Amino acid sequence: MILEANGLEVRYPAAQRSALKGVGLTLGAGELVAVVGPNGSGKTTLLRALLGTLPLVAGEVRLLGRPLGSWRRREIGQQVGVVTQREESLFPLRVEETVTLGRYAHLRPLARLRESDRAVVAEALRRADVAELAERRTDTLSGGEWQRVRVARALAQEPRLLVLDEPTASLDIRHEMEVFELVRRLAEQGIATLLVTHHLNLAARYADRLLLLHQGTCAVVGPPATVLRSEVVARVFEWPVAVTALSDGAPQIVPLKPGEKPEG
Amino acid sequence: MIRGRWPGLLALSLAACLAGLALGAVRLPPSAVWAALADPSAPVATIVREIRLPRVLLGFLVGGSLAVSGAVLQALIHNPLGDPYLLGISGGAALAAVLVIAVGVGGAWTLPLAAFAGALLALGLVYRLSLVQGRRLDAHILVLAGVVVSAFTGALVAAILTVSPAGRLRNAFQWMLGGLGAASWESLAVVAAYSVVPLVLLGWQSRGFDLLALGDDAARHLGIEPERLRRMAYIATGCLTAAAVASCGIIGFVGLVVPHAIRLLWGPLHRALLPSAFLLGGAFLVLADALARSVAAPVELPVGIVTALVGVPLFASLLRRSIR
Repeated sequence: MILEANGLEVRYPAAQRSALKGVGLTLGAGELVAVVGPNGSGKTTLLRALLGTLPLVAGEVRLLGRPLGSWRRREIGQQVGVVTQREESLFPLRVEETVTLGRYAHLRPLARLRESDRAVVAEALRRADVAELAERRTDTLSGGEWQRVRVARALAQEPRLLVLDEPTASLDIRHEMEVFELVRRLAEQGIATLLVTHHLNLAARYADRLLLLHQGTCAVVGPPATVLRSEVVARVFEWPVAVTALSDGAPQIVPLKPGEKPEG
Repeated sequence: MIRGRWPGLLALSLAACLAGLALGAVRLPPSAVWAALADPSAPVATIVREIRLPRVLLGFLVGGSLAVSGAVLQALIHNPLGDPYLLGISGGAALAAVLVIAVGVGGAWTLPLAAFAGALLALGLVYRLSLVQGRRLDAHILVLAGVVVSAFTGALVAAILTVSPAGRLRNAFQWMLGGLGAASWESLAVVAAYSVVPLVLLGWQSRGFDLLALGDDAARHLGIEPERLRRMAYIATGCLTAAAVASCGIIGFVGLVVPHAIRLLWGPLHRALLPSAFLLGGAFLVLADALARSVAAPVELPVGIVTALVGVPLFASLLRRSIR
């Protein structure tokens, strides 16, 4: 297993109840798992707990079989690539320079880039489909290009585990699909991939398994067809929905208008 | 991008140092400067070797240190307006310096000592104020704490100046605008003792500042501990700035603008930015000091006035040309 977590509990200072309680997860190489759930259900908190940036009240996280607490940040940076929700770009770099930041965890301080580092960067640019943007400045990119550049930077870390927190927020259909296609491709190349998203329908089509969070606990986990059942989704999201299925069997959620009845 | 970064910067640094040795109340031709450097018994050897050389070297070290501190602090607090004096250091130093001048004990030894102590006190106070909820050293809180401490010391300085006699007022005023007049081999040695370790540490960690500029979360996931790096950088830049302020007063503008000039010319990666900023900051301050000594000779202008008067138009034109 690349990532194993069980019984995770997180409580923010001065909070009444735990933001996360009793959540577990396993993730193997080549697997794509999507974390879904309403706003405030603990999705980002779960990611932070899994990445060791929040103190745990209870539970344990193991990365590559080793307790996360025994890892140094630099070592984690050599195994785990993360695309966070937000990031500041105070002083815009060129795309290639930005992606090269992904090599820092592999470099000694002040050491020059080796040929192998340049090769990894070039490969990351190619895999994320941003090679032709290499010389552009990051402040001239569109939202979709910028997200793919950040995925390329995470790939330059040569990660065994890739974590993405809502990578398609505010992207249009084409750019959203491009990101999902890219993430799926990377998982198929063997990277364990964890994705937080609000897109239930795309998650159902691209993820191997879904983890549905509800008020900080795991409501259901499993293949999309077993998780996205109308009564479960309606209860968790507090809104009536109908579920249809695509020809490949992926369930698709249709939120209902008040008073509307599901067809059939 | 402009090619020839290192030859250009090195040539500029060398030219600035030569100008610093040649210009002043007595203007020397380059050949005389060269002769004095080569031979201690040359006619102007005392001026060049005992007065101007330590002054030029001190100016270079202080200008370079301020520029490096500014570059690091801009990444540290995620703000392009970052400045070595933003974190209350200049306020603390000014308060202590003005105090000893007002009391009438501001001498060659007491003034830098008091300024250094005041700078360190302010540094510690800002640090303490920003340790809310554990040891986060959050960028925004750090800036707020710096602004608060600066405002407070500024008020106290104004109060002391208001009740000071006119003669001392002038001294205090001159000190606050900065100057290299007190340079000597001894003061150079003292400043160097406080600067070398911080400069080496900051240079050693330079890549970390590329990551820190992305924000704490992104930096962490790319392999550094943001809080640890920020703490180190805060203390290191604090030491650099305190030593600079104690020996030369408050020389504005170098720390704010030199890093931006380097970024506009060669991009923002810190591994090359920090040494470049050191060279450009050093050369800039040495040239500004040479001007300050020679334009109104024998009166010496405070060098802080020159750095602003010369630097602002230069920077403005650079900014206009780079943003099209």
